[in-house]
Amino acid sequence: MNAIQSFGIDKQYENHVALHPLDLTIPEGSVFGLLGPNGAGKTTLLRIINQIISPDNGSVSFYGQNIRSSDSRHIGYLPEERGLYKKMKVGEQSMYLAQLKGLSRNEARKRLHWWFKKWELETWWDKKVEELSKGMAQKVQFITTVLHEPKLLIFDEPFSGLDPVNAALIRDEMLRIRKEGATIVLSTHRMESVEELCSHIALLNHGEKILDGTVNEIRESHRNGNFRLLYRSNEPITLSLPDQVEMSQNLRDFNKGICIAEIQSIKLNSSEIISALAHQVDTIRFEEIIPSMNDIFIKSVKK
Amino acid sequence: MSPFIIIALREFTTRVKNKTFLIMSILGPIGIGALIVIPALLSSGDEDPKKLLVVDNSYLLVGTETISEHSFQYLNPEEFDEKSAISAVREKEIYDGLLFLPPSVNGDPDFILRNTRLYSKGDIGIDLTRDIERRLGKLATEEKLKINGVDPSIVKNSTTVVNIKNLNLTENGSEASSLVLKMAIGFGASFFIYMFVFLYAAQIMRGVIEEKTSRIIEVIITSVKPTQLLLGKIIGIAGVGLLQFLILITFSTVIYYIAGSLLLESDITQITPAQISSAGGLKNGENQGVINQIIEGMNSLDIPSLIGFFIFYFLGGYLLYGALFAAVGSAVDAEADTQQFMIPLTIPLLITLMLSTPMMQEPNGNLAIWLSLIPFSSPLAMMVRLPFGGVQTWEIVLSMLLLIIGFLGTTWISAKIYRVGILTYGKKASYKDLYKWLRRK
Repeated sequence: MNAIQSFGIDKQYENHVALHPLDLTIPEGSVFGLLGPNGAGKTTLLRIINQIISPDNGSVSFYGQNIRSSDSRHIGYLPEERGLYKKMKVGEQSMYLAQLKGLSRNEARKRLHWWFKKWELETWWDKKVEELSKGMAQKVQFITTVLHEPKLLIFDEPFSGLDPVNAALIRDEMLRIRKEGATIVLSTHRMESVEELCSHIALLNHGEKILDGTVNEIRESHRNGNFRLLYRSNEPITLSLPDQVEMSQNLRDFNKGICIAEIQSIKLNSSEIISALAHQVDTIRFEEIIPSMNDIFIKSVKK
Repeated sequence: MSPFIIIALREFTTRVKNKTFLIMSILGPIGIGALIVIPALLSSGDEDPKKLLVVDNSYLLVGTETISEHSFQYLNPEEFDEKSAISAVREKEIYDGLLFLPPSVNGDPDFILRNTRLYSKGDIGIDLTRDIERRLGKLATEEKLKINGVDPSIVKNSTTVVNIKNLNLTENGSEASSLVLKMAIGFGASFFIYMFVFLYAAQIMRGVIEEKTSRIIEVIITSVKPTQLLLGKIIGIAGVGLLQFLILITFSTVIYYIAGSLLLESDITQITPAQISSAGGLKNGENQGVINQIIEGMNSLDIPSLIGFFIFYFLGGYLLYGALFAAVGSAVDAEADTQQFMIPLTIPLLITLMLSTPMMQEPNGNLAIWLSLIPFSSPLAMMVRLPFGGVQTWEIVLSMLLLIIGFLGTTWISAKIYRVGILTYGKKASYKDLYKWLRRK
């Protein structure tokens, strides 16, 4: 089943189109990366899914049913622009947000204490929000987003402003929550976290979807027959290449005694190339260069 | 619990727990109590009797040994001039001051009075100065009458104090009316509503701006509809306003009674006009008529139903304007940007407040009737009219109905602007933008 499926949703404002008719499928249990440069329509899409705004046309289904306002209890959304009431105490504030998501006071307190204990925030319960560091406020916001154990979690730039330790903490929690069956949508610019976490992605640009699929499919489809060969030698060695294989460069590495050859071939696969080259040099490593999500992102957006 | 109630409760409790609320609730009634008590304390005249030296060159005060409890000691004007009299006062501890009247020129009493001086060691008290002024004025008047050949006793005998008793014709016969009291209550109530509406409507606005600038709004509207948030906020703050009002009323009443009984050593509810005028230090009968009127007027007014109407019109006005203030808050990024939208919101109430005097002159005239029907002015205008009586039942019903329709209308409009405004940052909104937001699906 799909957690979210959109059918031709679009959104137009007075003087610009925020979203062109969009069909999007977010499979249940996936970690879905929603990518795109600033102003691509990601926030508009997320707001439509969260029913903060309604699309001009089209519809959204949530686990197979037309989405209803009561479904917001099964969605957790951490917006990019997020804040807390500065003058409120951390505990009070978390209780308030939890109750708005439909948890009873007792249940909210129980779950919050579990989380606060786990992340060693207990001493902050009675402190005011304005005393929190940015990272700590982020953690509190993460907790209040996942506290009601939603089926669908949407994180917009969840790692911004976090140090590597806290970023890892939150990443691990996401993976744990996913293992328990939740679907996660991740909107981010940080391509390394996309590669690390996401099973599926969609790339938006100027309000249009220009790419989507599983991360593996997309990376496979962007293979362009580039290979890299590392070998031991003080000077580059001229290699005799099989047909339909070209050398793009052959240079001495900064490391002494190592050279790198970059080879281009559309027709041959890596085992065919390595068998042709392996006996010519003292090979250290041979690999296919699969473009990173970052490369794919930049290439697709610039197209 | 529905999200609406959770929101209203948060708005209510965070404000009630706030120090400002506590201070306002305590200082407000104390302030009002002080307004009632301090003038009474001041006029109750517990001053020490003063001893004054008098150099009376004009022999105007001749024969006056005391004024109230203060005593005069005369110096021979032929032996003492102003300077030597001053040094005499300085030397002798028992004297508190010197009253110096210069010699008259051409027997003109006004010249004497213009140049009369009262020197004192320390504070001589405003009452004594007034008493001396009054005595001198009276003596000078007698002098002038004599100069013009009129016997002062004729004038004294023919002076008349008039206090007409106003009576309202009602269904139950006639009852005492007190114009002064009605004006005071009408103006006081409408001024209070004016203050309360802006005080609490501005709180809604500030709350909206806070949520917007802190970006918590983005988090909250994933759980609740913007309209729910807006209504919860409006209702929660209305609760704060009502509580504040109740505290104010209760506290003020308590302070009034305690202070009253301490001051008068008797139960204020059973007091007679004569008691007040003697205890309040009113020395002559001219104020007695007013006090009579106030006490009779209080009895003639239906205070509980006036309080009821006050609460209705306060709430109605607050809801009407509060919703609009919320829309303004949603359209801006900071309080400093609200100015352009605030002016049209503050003007209707301000004008109504300024028109309260003409309305009081003709409480059932066209101006008063129209203003008490239009929802934007009725909360003030109706409170001005009600104490005077004579407001038709249909007028009250229509006015209340229109006010209810009015605030439902402004809430509906505001909700539409609000739901777009809260998600719009950076760009400074214009009236044109607000109109576009209003029309957005």
